[in-house]
Amino acid sequence: MAHILLRDLDVPDIWQFDTYVANGGYAALRKSVKELSPDEVTKIVIDANLRGRGGAGFPTGRKWSFIPKTAQVKYVTVNADESEPGTFKDRQLLEGNPHQLIEGAMIAAYAIQATAVYIYCRGEFWDLAHALEDRIEEARKANLVGENVLGSGWSCDMFVHLGAGAYICGEESALLNSLQGLLGQPRVRPPFPAQMGGGLYYWPTVVNNVETLANVPWIIDHGAEAYKAIGTPESPGPKIFCLSGHVAKPGNYELPLGKTFRELIYDYAGGIPNGKKLKAILPSGASGPVLPATDEVLNAPMTYESVAALGSTLGSASFILMDEDTDMVWAAAKMIHFFKHESCGKCTPCREGTYWLDQIYHRLLRGQGTARDLEQLERVPKQMVGVTLCALGDFAANPVLSTVHHFRHEYERYIKQPALEKAGAVAEPV
Amino acid sequence: MLAEKYPERVAKIFSKYPDKRSGVMALLYLAQEEYGWISDEALSEVAALCEIDPTQVKSIAGFYTMYSEKPKGKYWLQVCTDLPCALRGADEFYKGLCDYLGVKDGGTTEDGLFTVEQVMCLAACDHAPMMQCNFHYHENFDLEKAKTLVDRLRAESAQKQPSSEK
Repeated sequence: MAHILLRDLDVPDIWQFDTYVANGGYAALRKSVKELSPDEVTKIVIDANLRGRGGAGFPTGRKWSFIPKTAQVKYVTVNADESEPGTFKDRQLLEGNPHQLIEGAMIAAYAIQATAVYIYCRGEFWDLAHALEDRIEEARKANLVGENVLGSGWSCDMFVHLGAGAYICGEESALLNSLQGLLGQPRVRPPFPAQMGGGLYYWPTVVNNVETLANVPWIIDHGAEAYKAIGTPESPGPKIFCLSGHVAKPGNYELPLGKTFRELIYDYAGGIPNGKKLKAILPSGASGPVLPATDEVLNAPMTYESVAALGSTLGSASFILMDEDTDMVWAAAKMIHFFKHESCGKCTPCREGTYWLDQIYHRLLRGQGTARDLEQLERVPKQMVGVTLCALGDFAANPVLSTVHHFRHEYERYIKQPALEKAGAVAEPV
Repeated sequence: MLAEKYPERVAKIFSKYPDKRSGVMALLYLAQEEYGWISDEALSEVAALCEIDPTQVKSIAGFYTMYSEKPKGKYWLQVCTDLPCALRGADEFYKGLCDYLGVKDGGTTEDGLFTVEQVMCLAACDHAPMMQCNFHYHENFDLEKAKTLVDRLRAESAQKQPSSEK
């Protein structure tokens, strides 16, 4: 089947405006603005049951419907701050199929009658963000962005904002603060971004992920029923799965939700290199619980519901695969080092908890771990969950609790054999 | 001064936002491009343009990793050593690069050309090992390719040629 999202795999120069238009591009925006009311656009997206692809899986159309119509100023903000370890799907969309994102964002903007769209790109996407500005300019020249869009009387401009290296700015309220020139730290909610006082410059704001918006033109073109025919009833549509780590063919795979882990890993991505066995899967990057690669897991369908039933989360579908030789204590230490670095410092349990956990892992890897350290690894994360303004504290708890639960014997080995320092682990405490 | 030297770029930055404060991040990038790093003078200049206090600009500059509050080498080599890259040999690659440059983790070469650091995930996990040289990505990288790049940039610098890496 032709790709719906990663269309650059079928039409390599789809990033070019003329090619995109020649392949049906911007027909959905034209249809929305010319033939449909904003509420009709929102209803189609609600009916399609498109769920947010940034990780939370929240129904996109419902999010749009929360925007109060009476607000004088409304915004769409695109979350292109892709920073979760193991996630690289938005980057391919932005590079390979940027006009589809621009079109999807403009349809969202039309649905809520937004006055402007801001695309928040992580700072490291410097080259990409500047190319994206050129693509927006092409759309502006074609009257698809800017003043009086397609003669409709509705005006909405689009801008790219560059972050500067902070994972936390992928969290929507931190992203809004960062855009406003404030510290990129999460806000207290309510009010939520869609409400008065909660969004960009405190106006009602929709924040959607890149991949989410890239789905929208296809839904408008083909209708909600056609979209729901892809995937499962609870998790319809295509999803991009990012595969990294110990896998023969790492990369992005666009598949309907509902395929099994085994199909993705072995049929599409070529299995595990060097004849090794698969030991563990992180299905949502560093921030979701690890799953041991049992038959139960491998035969399960990949949907938001089924991965939750297995005790993890589908999240942004960033699969980090680890073979039988992977040291799970070392792997957890890597993830904790990440979260300790990226904790924004606002909430004490996250700021202090990630620091404590990082110190404990350093002790373990140096062969200086004690039985008490293992106890602390079970206690400290539990004091970080559900007590912070955003989910980073919860995320940081996941790799620790899940690896201790599933691979406790590997931790015990570090305590019993003091000299097991992991060769090659060069990260030093900062 | 940025406002005098780049009036169009400064105006373009402010034209995007309803509030001058939102220009702070883009102006910090411009200051870093101009001066090489964010000095106290640069902070004050950006603060004046955004009509906020220099302390507030300093808190922004300190919060994000891409602003340098001290001078760095001409080429800033950031190697991702997060889990997905590390599963594909990024730790060994990073150590080899440090050894080749003769610096420790986070160090700058004596000639001031290269600063090497570990960086958090750069969304290129499928092409590991990888590194970013200033703003440019180098993917499916290995130590031999990195040595070739370092040698080329050194040679360009010695011959005072225009740099092939921005």
